Amino acid sequence: MEIDVRKVAMLSRIRLTDDEAAELGPQLSSILGYVEQLSKVDTDGVAPTAHPHDAAMPLRANIVTNSNRRDELQAPAPKTESGLYVVPKVIE
Amino acid sequence: MPYSSLSDIQSRLNSGETTAVKVAQLYLDRIAAFNDTLNAFVHIDPAHVLAQAEASDKYRAKHDARPLEGLPIAVKDIFCTQDGPTQCCSNILKDFHAPYDAEVITKLKEAGAVLVGKTNMDEFAMGSSTETSAFGVCRNPWDTNCIPGGSSGGSAAAVAAALTPAALGTDTGGSIRQPAALTGITGLKPTYGRVSRRGIIAFASSLDQAGPMTRTVKDSAMITAAISGHDPRDATSVADAPAVDWLAACESRDMKGLKIGKPKEYFVDGMDAEVRASVEAALKKCEELGAEIIDISLPNTEHAVAAYYVIAPSEASANLSRYDGVRFGHRCENPEDLLDMYTRSRDEGFGSEVKRRILTGAFALSSGYYDAYYLKAQQVRTLIQQDFIQAFEQVDIIATPTSPIPAFRLGEKTDDPLTMYLSDIFTIAVNLAGLPGLSQPCGFANNLPVGLQWIGPAWREDTVLSAAAAYEGATDWATRSPAAFGGES
Repeated sequence: MEIDVRKVAMLSRIRLTDDEAAELGPQLSSILGYVEQLSKVDTDGVAPTAHPHDAAMPLRANIVTNSNRRDELQAPAPKTESGLYVVPKVIE
Repeated sequence: MPYSSLSDIQSRLNSGETTAVKVAQLYLDRIAAFNDTLNAFVHIDPAHVLAQAEASDKYRAKHDARPLEGLPIAVKDIFCTQDGPTQCCSNILKDFHAPYDAEVITKLKEAGAVLVGKTNMDEFAMGSSTETSAFGVCRNPWDTNCIPGGSSGGSAAAVAAALTPAALGTDTGGSIRQPAALTGITGLKPTYGRVSRRGIIAFASSLDQAGPMTRTVKDSAMITAAISGHDPRDATSVADAPAVDWLAACESRDMKGLKIGKPKEYFVDGMDAEVRASVEAALKKCEELGAEIIDISLPNTEHAVAAYYVIAPSEASANLSRYDGVRFGHRCENPEDLLDMYTRSRDEGFGSEVKRRILTGAFALSSGYYDAYYLKAQQVRTLIQQDFIQAFEQVDIIATPTSPIPAFRLGEKTDDPLTMYLSDIFTIAVNLAGLPGLSQPCGFANNLPVGLQWIGPAWREDTVLSAAAAYEGATDWATRSPAAFGGES
């Protein structure tokens, strides 16, 4: 299967060099070629797996449980000021 | 002492023969001596390790010892820890410090464990050899020209070379069991939902599960007892999971009347002859111990790797979309615009295997391909689960080789991702079905360890532990250790 690696890379927000694109294209084709075997499996009427044990996602009680941890949570940030994150300007 | 089990060290601590500080210092000395060779650890803070041990000794002096009091345990770099960096062995998370502990880390601390440091791994747990780590390859203590398996290769190598008596890993497609097999130790992947995933950096959310890597089966039970349990802050943690008496399961050690399924799909042409012979001999030993070996079939096993390599990359492509240079992680220098920042940050931060899987997943989820790839793979996953359910109507437990081959040489498969992916061929179906699986040593092939894999029904870790403990008690494979690192071979 031929894959437009550049298009998939753009969907993935990954920039590829020409060398990377040349290497990844055949590798992805090989992987997806192997995966093609799934198309031969009869899955008519088979439900897709959502959770390995059909467990329901429980809802938690709607109560406040966390204390104020702002200082702790901001400690790993590169730069903060007055309790706010300082980030570099990206778009003029 | 260095090759002692956790339970042996616990006995010595309880009797007063040694202290947590002395134990911690012993392993720190071994890390200092051997880590340059193995690259099993990527972060160590000796002063902090000793401070934890000192605190544990003080706690023991005033209170009853907790279940893991003073016992050193290393953790894979995938677990968020407040102390030290959490980098998932990726440049995109270089120098990241998590503001909280993963739930399993909290539980280990509450149980009194001394956290030794962070172990090497494949970047974002994507790999079967620990060669994709941004911090360099890890080596197998049995032959340092060989890989230790992956992605929890650092944890495996650290335990195998006795740089720590135990470690935590995570298993998405075999990442605890395969490296355990290739380094001659015991590794347990609990039932999906048994152990909280909160604070474990996500790879494939419906498959990832944390578990112990240890010298003995009992040690694995001790750690799993401490880290398992419902976590209301993890929506995938199962609230009404059947309880297991972890240590009692190991003590029972009885195979009489146990029905062991031997699936024909796991004893195929192409596997290493010595691996096959070791596993066949292990099953023979189980028969001598009173078990009945029953030939079974798991017909959809042949599609497990294909289903996995659609589902896991698809989930990974979604999970790893958060690394965009904005919220945390690496950001490129002087971006021209927003799109340039996203694409360049991710290009610079991710290694080639991670990019390959993100692209595979993005393709499988893209418009026009979703039904043919992702939906189809999830349907095949259901068939694989049904195979196991039917098999467990005939047998109590299933035994297979963990890996079709022993550890391969560094670099041998790096240029051929599909061949690398097939090295997890015997472990992946267990993750797709969410079952418990354990690998324990059962022999050698080409002077490298071979693993025996036990697969149990969902929530029946007690059956798995009991069978594995019985086999371990009747053989001496778990006592072997690599001579080059002070072991007895």
